[in-house]
Amino acid sequence: MLNAYNILETIRMIQDEYLDIRTITMGISLLDCIDTDIDKACEKVYNKIVSRAGNLVAVGQQIETEYGIPIVNKRISVTPVAMLCAACPDGDPVKFAKALQRAADTCGVNFIGGYSALVHKGFSAGDMALIRSIPEALDVTQNLCSSVNIGSTKSGINMDAVKIMGQIVKQSAERTADRDCIGPAKLVVFCNAVEDNPFMAGAFHGVGEPDCEIHVGVSGPGVVRAALTKYPDATIDEIADVIKKTAFKITRMGQLVGARASELLGVPFGIVDLSLAPTPAVGDSVAHILEEMGLEMCGTHGTTACLAMLNDAVKKGGVMASSTVGGLSGAFIPVSEDAGMIDAATAGVLSLEKLEAMTAVCSVGLDMIVVPGDITPETISAIIADEAAIGMVNSKTTAVRLIPAIGKKEGETLEFGGLLGSGPVMPIREKSPAKFIDRGGRIPAPMQSLKN
Amino acid sequence: MRAVVTVIGKDTVGILHKVSGICAEYNVNVIEVTQSVLQDMFAMIMLVDITAINADFAKLVERMDSLGKELGLSIHTMHEDIFNSMHTV
Repeated sequence: MLNAYNILETIRMIQDEYLDIRTITMGISLLDCIDTDIDKACEKVYNKIVSRAGNLVAVGQQIETEYGIPIVNKRISVTPVAMLCAACPDGDPVKFAKALQRAADTCGVNFIGGYSALVHKGFSAGDMALIRSIPEALDVTQNLCSSVNIGSTKSGINMDAVKIMGQIVKQSAERTADRDCIGPAKLVVFCNAVEDNPFMAGAFHGVGEPDCEIHVGVSGPGVVRAALTKYPDATIDEIADVIKKTAFKITRMGQLVGARASELLGVPFGIVDLSLAPTPAVGDSVAHILEEMGLEMCGTHGTTACLAMLNDAVKKGGVMASSTVGGLSGAFIPVSEDAGMIDAATAGVLSLEKLEAMTAVCSVGLDMIVVPGDITPETISAIIADEAAIGMVNSKTTAVRLIPAIGKKEGETLEFGGLLGSGPVMPIREKSPAKFIDRGGRIPAPMQSLKN
Repeated sequence: MRAVVTVIGKDTVGILHKVSGICAEYNVNVIEVTQSVLQDMFAMIMLVDITAINADFAKLVERMDSLGKELGLSIHTMHEDIFNSMHTV
């Protein structure tokens, strides 16, 4: 039964603690749009997306009004475009990028993801052409997101792809240097990418998914932090319990919104991604949750342990609330999108090495990290390889989204604005990993037993 | 189908009258009201039946919202499902 306390708690969460649905993302398969004529394929892509997602934004707004809960983004994810490129080897993949942008504009969505290739074991037809076209595609579009999967626990790490991706990230930053290097902010390099992720920039619609479905990504670092402030002297296991209960409530809301969206749009409900996704707004920070647990500043010793507990408790609370949990599900630590992380990085307390350690115990990876503009492609590749190794060995998703700040050095700041926030340029190691990266080949898949 | 209307803010004459007036206008039946005034702060939670509503639910939300702005109160009108799903296992 409804009681006044619960009602007021929900309203307080939404109004004062930034509880929101971060995204409803429609996954659309483009496999039936494949054509040997790239122009025909592009037309089919546009028509299919618009026919499925034409009223996604209107439905999102209707649900916002019904439940009084903000839905910050409406997004679309599609089949990795490299698969469409495979059928038309002579066509320019950027045509697909433009068609996707056009569809996103018509539907009025915030982002469209899936300019992607899956090359964790090797390159098939279309993959290389797509990867080479990423810098241009991200330059000539505004809302398109791209991702490349370069490794997995079952197949190891494709070091040839790692080498190329270092160059692609750098080129993408150079091409968009006049727009705060926004290009690589829309590009994720994955190990163990998931097929049903609703979050950008890494969303794509996997081939194992149905023709069309709807995913929901919840958010709510502010709510978790506010819940913790009520228990200043609790032990860590008591705090874990508070986080579980809070995650349960947040996820239930996601489940409700997803089920309603699925009903109104007439497409199956995919998953709820129960991630804690921060925004640059003060009070909506994952770093501040860790600080609330008792760290003077995020990034100091103890951060990895606190994050491990947080990530695990969020999952435990969330899976109880929804039987269709999927996606990335966990705490995100994008530096530029989190007020507490920005402060900690600016103060020099949060280093790239600490972030790397943190990614071993939380969702995703090195996310929205601004590095000096003169970074070499080989160093970017080496950072990708390090991060992919953590994902590969620990059987989890890891990702790298680095932004080389062209023309900027350590100590300066890159401003993106909006949900992407701003990031201080973080220091990197000077010594070269070029020889290692130039070797190419593949890191073999790791042992799944004898784990020590 | 039921919805919850919450009103929080500084107490003035006629808040309940105005809110329930809008309900009547939209053919929305008031089922339950709890109200308290602490010092000069007014807090009311109203459970209403929207089964026979004579317009879009969104219109009611909008109307309550503008009444809130007019009176300097925070008025939320939300479908009851959100509270049920968040607070019950």
